[in-house]
Amino acid sequence: MTDPILKTNGLSKRFGGVKALKDVSFDVFPGDVLGIIGPNGSGKTTIVNCITGFIKPTSGKVFFRGKDITGRPPHKIADMGVTRTFQVMRPYYSLPAYKNLVIPLFSPRAKRTGGWRGGGNLGNRQTIAIDILEDIGFERDSYIPFKKTSTLPTGYLKRLELARCLALKPEIIICDEVFSGLSMSEIASMVPLIERLQDEGITIVMIEHRLRELFQVANRVMVLNFGEKLIEGTPLDVMANKKVKEAYFGSEEVEEVMTYA
Amino acid sequence: MSTQESRKERIDRGIKVRSDGLYALMSWRELSYLTLPRFIMIAGMLSLPFLMPDMYWQRVISIVCIYAILALSFDFLAHYVGLVSLGGAFFIGTGGYIAGILNSYFSIPPFLTVPLAAIIGGIFCTLMLLPCLPLKGVYFAIVTLMYPLFMARVIEAFDIFGGTDGLVGIDSFSSSFAEQYFVIGMVLIFLFGLRRFVTTDRGLIFTAIMDNDQAVKASGIDITRYKALAVFIASAMGCMAGACLTHIYMWSGISQFALDFSILPIAATVIGGAGTLVGPILGCLILVPVSELLRDFGTLRIVFYASILVGFILFKSGGIMEFGQRKYEQFERWTQI
Repeated sequence: MTDPILKTNGLSKRFGGVKALKDVSFDVFPGDVLGIIGPNGSGKTTIVNCITGFIKPTSGKVFFRGKDITGRPPHKIADMGVTRTFQVMRPYYSLPAYKNLVIPLFSPRAKRTGGWRGGGNLGNRQTIAIDILEDIGFERDSYIPFKKTSTLPTGYLKRLELARCLALKPEIIICDEVFSGLSMSEIASMVPLIERLQDEGITIVMIEHRLRELFQVANRVMVLNFGEKLIEGTPLDVMANKKVKEAYFGSEEVEEVMTYA
Repeated sequence: MSTQESRKERIDRGIKVRSDGLYALMSWRELSYLTLPRFIMIAGMLSLPFLMPDMYWQRVISIVCIYAILALSFDFLAHYVGLVSLGGAFFIGTGGYIAGILNSYFSIPPFLTVPLAAIIGGIFCTLMLLPCLPLKGVYFAIVTLMYPLFMARVIEAFDIFGGTDGLVGIDSFSSSFAEQYFVIGMVLIFLFGLRRFVTTDRGLIFTAIMDNDQAVKASGIDITRYKALAVFIASAMGCMAGACLTHIYMWSGISQFALDFSILPIAATVIGGAGTLVGPILGCLILVPVSELLRDFGTLRIVFYASILVGFILFKSGGIMEFGQRKYEQFERWTQI
């Protein structure tokens, strides 16, 4: 078996008296799409924050390619290629959409790698930025890349979050609820995008509430409840599990999901 | 044409659209829409020393320019990087003392002390402010407000650099024209330099940090480095202004750490228009002479001064520049009904 690209070992985080994460260990292997699900407040976003350095775990370790990256500052971790999106979108609202990508293209990592599809040296940043946007579903001829970010609808902002990760030529993208707040048709166009990124060799960790779509793309799923890892396995295993049903689904929805999976 | 057949139509961004980007090259008229205000600004600033009647008012111009540089640095930090700095007095004092020390202890001439004070002072201020760079908004403001008080007390308590008397007998600029044109030139260079810089792609990183620092961190960019660079730019400008002040008064002392240098640039920014860079300079051009004119009223001038400020905040909170620019870009014509 190959070595895991990302590995957490007994990750715990306390906020005062609240134990947000209790001893969570999991592995992500290259090419995986790992789904992390769990009820509200089960510690999903806390895991992302711990891995990407936005908060320091109380105890436990995070390894990337066997290297301990626990507690390193966010920009160092992003520099290694572990990128994330934010649940509450964080674009630069005052800038045009494509300038949102010019910013990450100034990072040391983009300079080294040449950005998404870049062959080691960085060309014109604005051209690359527009190319990435087109690649991820912004229509080039529609002037949408040039519109002010604050005027864009949610669907585009979610894509912009992904595009910011892609600008760094990432090895892992951790998506924090990219499907939430989108319409059914927007989600339907987002799923092939995720599949395509996986095909291009990017490892993806997805935190999601939209189980139907998650189970389409994920090859493994981990369930969290009250900061603890409940179970990890293939989507079918997870759905069949009784503990998961009790903690999360409610029996009716499981059947519904089963029929789609 | 009677009013029954036609009505007046107002297009809000008429001039802006006609003179934006490539469109400005369409005709001389469009070109002049774009260049004339800038030309008037530059020509006006450069002719100020000739327009002023006597030595006293010529000195006021120099002081206006020193405040203008400070206000520029405040506007840049506050509205393009998101760091609200009350450190104007800190920058002026540091620059002033460095220039004073270099001149009186090492007898370095003014044309060298000014750039040296800018660089050394910039590095010193940046190092002092480095620990508080993660702070935001009002917290950063409080720390920057503390430093000038701290520096003044240190100099007073240890009786260094002339103690409460300050450093006296410092060389002045070679002539009053040299003095005025140097500070005016600096204001213009910093104004147009900063305006160009904040719109370049690299300058946008600062705006991005202000918009959303988490996203910049997630993009693999070290925001502390960029914030430090911004503080260096702003404090070097402030220190340069301080060095000029020292040479203008031929003296550097504790009163250079006075809070006026922190507060007046902010007032000027409010009056002139926040985030416009030109606005704060206009604000200084109004506020400083007004405060000189009101000098006869003694302490009552604070009342006048405050009323001007309150009036602006209540009625023109966007500032002169924002209002003026909107009016300038409006385009009026008669159309047939």
